[in-house]
Amino acid sequence: MQLFKYLRGASLTLLVAALLSGCDAVVMSPSGDVAVQQRDLLVWATVLMLLVIVPVIVLTFWFAWHYRETNTEANYKPDWTHSTVLELVIWSVPLMIIIALGAMTWVSTHKLDPYRPLDRIDAQTPVPVGLEPLTVEVVALDWKWLFIYPEQGIATVNELAAPVNHPIRFKITASTMMNSFFIPAMAGQIYAMAGMETKLHGVINEPGVYKGFSANYSGAGYSQMKFDFHGLSEEDFASWVEEVKASDGNLSRDEYLQLAEPSIDDPVSYYGQVDPTLYYGIFNRCVEPGQVCMEDMMYHGGMDKHAGHHGDAKAEHADHQDHAGHQSHGGHHE
Amino acid sequence: MFENLDLTKLIFGRLTWDAIPFHDPIILGTFAVVALGGIALLAALTRYKLWGYLWNEWFTTIDHKKIGIMYIILGLVMLLRGFADAIMMRLHQAMAFGDATGYLPPHHYDQIFTAHGVIMIFFVAMPLVTGIMNYLIPLQIGTRDVAFPFLNNFSFWMTTGGAVLMMVSLFIGEFAKTGWLAYPPLSGILQSPGVGVDYYIWALQIAGVGTLLSGVNLLVTIVKMRAPGMSLMKMPVFTWTSLCTNILIVAAFPVLTAVLAMLSMDRYLDTAFFTNDLGGNAMMYVNLIWIWGHPEVYILILPVFGIFSEIVATYSRKPLFGYTSMVYATVVITVLSYLVWLHHFFTMGSGASVNSFFGITTMIISIPTGAKIFNWLFTMFRGRIKFDVPMLWTMGFMVTFVIGGMTGVLLAVPPVDFVLHNSLFLIAHFHNVIIGGVLFGLFAGITYWFPKATGYKLDEFWGKMSFWFWLIGFYFAFMPLYVLGLMGVTRRVSHFEDQSLQIWFQIAAFGAVLIAVGIAAFIIQLVVSFMRRESLKDETGDPWDGRTLEWSTSSPPPPYNFAFTPRVHELDAWWQMKQHGFQRPESGFIPIHMPKGTWAGIVLSGISVVIGFALIWHMWLLAGVSFVALIGTAIYHTFNYDRDYYIPAEEVERIEAERTRVLANV
Repeated sequence: MQLFKYLRGASLTLLVAALLSGCDAVVMSPSGDVAVQQRDLLVWATVLMLLVIVPVIVLTFWFAWHYRETNTEANYKPDWTHSTVLELVIWSVPLMIIIALGAMTWVSTHKLDPYRPLDRIDAQTPVPVGLEPLTVEVVALDWKWLFIYPEQGIATVNELAAPVNHPIRFKITASTMMNSFFIPAMAGQIYAMAGMETKLHGVINEPGVYKGFSANYSGAGYSQMKFDFHGLSEEDFASWVEEVKASDGNLSRDEYLQLAEPSIDDPVSYYGQVDPTLYYGIFNRCVEPGQVCMEDMMYHGGMDKHAGHHGDAKAEHADHQDHAGHQSHGGHHE
Repeated sequence: MFENLDLTKLIFGRLTWDAIPFHDPIILGTFAVVALGGIALLAALTRYKLWGYLWNEWFTTIDHKKIGIMYIILGLVMLLRGFADAIMMRLHQAMAFGDATGYLPPHHYDQIFTAHGVIMIFFVAMPLVTGIMNYLIPLQIGTRDVAFPFLNNFSFWMTTGGAVLMMVSLFIGEFAKTGWLAYPPLSGILQSPGVGVDYYIWALQIAGVGTLLSGVNLLVTIVKMRAPGMSLMKMPVFTWTSLCTNILIVAAFPVLTAVLAMLSMDRYLDTAFFTNDLGGNAMMYVNLIWIWGHPEVYILILPVFGIFSEIVATYSRKPLFGYTSMVYATVVITVLSYLVWLHHFFTMGSGASVNSFFGITTMIISIPTGAKIFNWLFTMFRGRIKFDVPMLWTMGFMVTFVIGGMTGVLLAVPPVDFVLHNSLFLIAHFHNVIIGGVLFGLFAGITYWFPKATGYKLDEFWGKMSFWFWLIGFYFAFMPLYVLGLMGVTRRVSHFEDQSLQIWFQIAAFGAVLIAVGIAAFIIQLVVSFMRRESLKDETGDPWDGRTLEWSTSSPPPPYNFAFTPRVHELDAWWQMKQHGFQRPESGFIPIHMPKGTWAGIVLSGISVVIGFALIWHMWLLAGVSFVALIGTAIYHTFNYDRDYYIPAEEVERIEAERTRVLANV
């Protein structure tokens, strides 16, 4: 059975290699509290499952070796096919592990719900009373990222910055394609979809430059749809905001429509001014003059807090002056 | 002048010479090889006057055994294409770092990963699984054919028709650049105006007809045509898992058909099911396609669980441990497979309670699956295990699959999925279960039942070579992807900046090369075995001392399978018959009523391919004409009353006497 030893050797080597490299793997050593909790959950879930996986693998090799045909010493019971005790064990052990894992899942999924505002900065520090999260409106364009800072009145393309240890609230939408907004060092991802708004809460605990990108394939420029996320001290963030403010770029609706045209591998750019209603227009699909906003087409006002809303919408092509027609269309769907 | 122009458009639609990829040396080279190979094959068939034989004995056959073999050949041929795509991706990703852009332009790379997924699922795994089910189910339940023999032939040709359309896209036009599930809005007409998505839609729609009808057929066969005495709880485990799979096919594939029909209406008729505007909603598509897509995973794995169950019992020389719990585990998986689809998109922003629900239902599936693994383990316990090639595949599966199962449960924890979704960790996970589970099982099954189908065993040496290269190649190819996933690398990326990732992609590419050797060894094994078929011959019909009814027939079985319908008294019917000193009846034969071959399946499928091609290229005239032809042919076929014949009693007696003579000499 040298062959089995060979196999075991190969998989062990790979396992060790995987563990070693884990040290610089961003998912395993993140810098934001949410991602840290997600990492911990990953590790605990793995350990819990190894309780049953390791014995299975060991038993497989052991039984294969011990009950091999040439080992006539081994007990051979050709009619032994049932054992109530064993059956109970093989159903109940996985069941108990899944009950434990299920409980972890229920609690952690609610606690780490990306829509839920953070209640702590890190494991030791609760969010100080009165500290409002920084709001960033994220728009996935073809194929670049637009970040609007409504409180600062600025916008950037393909560069994101935030103060460390300060909760961030991302409001996320897209112009056309379905993308996924992901900064692995900070927190898990969430889809960016046209006509809808998803949300993500996160915090970055260490200053540095982190990778952010789209994690959902969206066509030609997808591989280049990346940005740098700068974790800055409060002072550095303030001066970064000043720098962006000082640039001449003005993200009006017209400017946005040009920006939204498909392009690949765009450089970083800054907008010192931004139309305050732009983001609302983007996710209600009414940036172009004359388009009816989705919200206005619905009988009830406002969007739910979750993305479960269908993107009832305006016509991109023509004749969107006809309010009545669209309203009845929207109403039909409600 | 203008009339001419319109006529051209009416006939050729949007097909022009630009659609032929003359400018792409890779595709052109492939085309040259395929064309030369094809011409050589056609010439050889003509030279050796095999056309009549192929047409009469194979293409028009309604014999479930021959159809099963044709499905398997289709699956293996398409495996070569799907693997060619895979190794091109691996090589490209190993190269495309920093200033190096790799050798594939992005639009070609995007088609390749889409085609790889579509081919491997729809045209490799599905035909192989269906082929094995087709071959074995009637033999295992002691019947002479499936319930609807013509439908079986038609189903096979429709599946093949889809595969043909898929291959055509390589040389005329392009394939989809959307990923294998073609999510809108990317697959919508505004973002993908070309023919790629249309090829995708029509290839899957045509093949889908075949899959669905084959599901109906096998389901009815198992429910209605079991030998007397074979109650549900006396069915072989493979038949049980096949029953569940065909239930899943019948329930799930219409969803795929409907969702693709809606997508095609969005593309052809300007409807707005999944558009960004006019009230469409892409999330609906994602939900619907996974309501098909998740059961599809179990459609592939359940029959393979059945294959492993048969093999473990045979080579451990013991009945399967815990047959009843195995059956219930299968049924539980079948039901649960409909309650987990949302775990494919936790990141779409459903609430925490919805995500938790689907996460936990997903984890619950691991309980019956775990029970199955333990049952195989305790079948080996106190056995006398022979490590023939099928058993090696089974061992490889048991060790590999539990790792894939574990990473699958990890991904079912929503907060963990938020950091691993769409990453290479996910890619590693599903290849871990599909290669380590489905593919290993198919190779085990092919090796195990090969002597039944052909009358000779497969060569051991090359079988072992194939196994070890596949197994070790798998670990080299996919363990690095787990690591890359933890490094935050996502799927479908065609170019990287971070040089530190490159080594992992190079290891993965090396693994893919090892798998290539494994595939080559498998082909060599087929050739070597054919050359040595005299010395590998099995005349007993029962080379492994099997337990189920298929081993009671000759290898290969006669056209009628069983001269007399067997009577079943216990589970493992053939084993019991052998224990009780079963004597084959040698007289008293009666004429056997059999269905007759027909041209209709291949012709209807051929016309369907033409319709598909015409719709893809907007050749409205051709589409209309061929649609009328399809309906006309189908109606014409209903007037064919010459559908059956009798094998005379003397012929049955001659065949059975020959078998008696052979058995006496063994």
